[in-house]
Amino acid sequence: MLSLDQVRALADLARIGLEDAEAARLQGDLNGIFAMVDEMLAVDTAGIEPMAHPQDARQRLREDVVTETDAHQLYQSVAPQVEDGLYLVPRVIE
Amino acid sequence: MHRKTIAVLSRMLAAREISAVELARAFLDRIERLDGTLHAFITVDPERTLAQARAADERIARGRPAPLTGIPVAHKDLFCAKGWLTTCGSRILSNFISPYDAHVIEQFNAAGAVLLGKTNMDEFAMGSSTENSHFGPARNPWNTECVAGGSSGGSAVAVAAGLVPACTGTDTGGSIRQPAALSGICGLKPTYGLCSRYGLIAFASSLDTPGPLAHDALDCAFMLNAMAGHDARDSTSLARPAVDYVQALRANAGARPLAGLRIGLPSEYFGDGVDGEVAAAVDAALAELRKLGAVTVDIALPAVKYSVPVYYVIAPAEASSNLSRFDGVRYGHRAERYADLADMYKKTRAEGFGPEVKRRILVGTYVLSHGYYDAYYLKAQQVRRLIADDFQRAYGRCDVIAGPTTPTAAFCIGDKADDPVQMYLNDIFTVAANLTGMPAMSIPCGTTTGGLPIGLQLQANHFAEARLLQVAHRFQQVTDWHLRAPPARSKTTVADSHEAARATQP
Repeated sequence: MLSLDQVRALADLARIGLEDAEAARLQGDLNGIFAMVDEMLAVDTAGIEPMAHPQDARQRLREDVVTETDAHQLYQSVAPQVEDGLYLVPRVIE
Repeated sequence: MHRKTIAVLSRMLAAREISAVELARAFLDRIERLDGTLHAFITVDPERTLAQARAADERIARGRPAPLTGIPVAHKDLFCAKGWLTTCGSRILSNFISPYDAHVIEQFNAAGAVLLGKTNMDEFAMGSSTENSHFGPARNPWNTECVAGGSSGGSAVAVAAGLVPACTGTDTGGSIRQPAALSGICGLKPTYGLCSRYGLIAFASSLDTPGPLAHDALDCAFMLNAMAGHDARDSTSLARPAVDYVQALRANAGARPLAGLRIGLPSEYFGDGVDGEVAAAVDAALAELRKLGAVTVDIALPAVKYSVPVYYVIAPAEASSNLSRFDGVRYGHRAERYADLADMYKKTRAEGFGPEVKRRILVGTYVLSHGYYDAYYLKAQQVRRLIADDFQRAYGRCDVIAGPTTPTAAFCIGDKADDPVQMYLNDIFTVAANLTGMPAMSIPCGTTTGGLPIGLQLQANHFAEARLLQVAHRFQQVTDWHLRAPPARSKTTVADSHEAARATQP
């Protein structure tokens, strides 16, 4: 069972702010979901190779050549805050 | 006009019986009249639509139309379409105008299709009812108190209500097939890798699959012809020889067109959890398929009962990683007030994401965190292989697998909204196809006494889309479930259906 502190720690890792009431509700929801998920823990999977991709295909590599053109103005046109071609965020180094 | 299929409209456009502009206007008018109630669309933009329609008419006038030239389509609002608001059903992208086109959108543009609008969906495709849309739920045209299914609920409603002939959707755990079933239309989830994911807003990258929703199997084939194909920009897109899915339905059929077809019936899909009316409709559909020459064989998929638990580890894990990109820095919503960078992230994401998205991000964060990765994530990937092995074994004994798409018909809006696990169990028959990457489709096969549609699910092995479409098409040539319209609309006439049948002949 996840404790309220664990739920808060997860939200912190996921960078999601939580009000107290929301954290308590999520604790109940998450414990309900894990009670359902835990059914699979009983399956014997000794020696079974994990399946990460539906066709077990290998990640394809492409030639190391430039394929993109500079479109930073277009892409930054939808950004919340930009200046001189840079994304603006609150100061992190004093 | 609004019940006509792509097959019919394409012929009418080529014969100049109607123009693309007239067609677009007719559907825009219906959206204007009906979508206030149904809420199938998040965005319509008549100016853009009519500009595309005029271009399509010019192309037809030059005598070089493709099958989809001038055909109105709509896209689920997670396909990035250049210049269009692309929200993914979320507040965090409620102001996002896409600067580029998804591969699938490029394909439709190249074909000359006319984009009518962007359809409503559960936020980030997480949901089975479209109730998780930031913009409010889509409503089922058969009963507007009921959900339309999800997450591609807006696309399903738009087709079912005759607001557009066909739509795109995406299917990560049933998000094309389940709303298709609940809304009484056809939906196809292709093989993973057949249609490019480039330009889709990612939810769970090893499961997300774009596909069509349409009135019948033939129209799904027209849509799939436009959607399938290799794209180097999606590293999981597969290079395969092109298949003409429309042509695959044109083969001459005798009285027993499905002779030799073996349909597997997994005991796991016909158990106590299935509503009696749903089970009866599926049994009646199987009887029709047998009349067409198919034989049914009992099969077992013992690990399939773990599909939902496995899915709710793998999908949230991939989602928690994919959704880390929404941070209020490069696009989308940013909180107004914050103390520092970490606070900006937290407030932006707290305001931008709805409850279901937060639940799944936290589940994913947990199963990927140190100490739980092996117990949950690796374990789920191992059980995923056991499920895939079950299906491979089964396809040694049968060609397609049939069963209900969902355990029940549409439920009421609000009924399951407070219980995530009950909501997840809607996907019990659909998630396995995503875990295995195999194609599956839902076609209408009946209605409940309350008048709600019931879906038959057909599944097949990797790359057997043509087979699935053939089975569905043969079924639809001898039944009329796909022709039935929701009550508020005029019933399709027999003449229309004969017209559709003629359109399949070369």
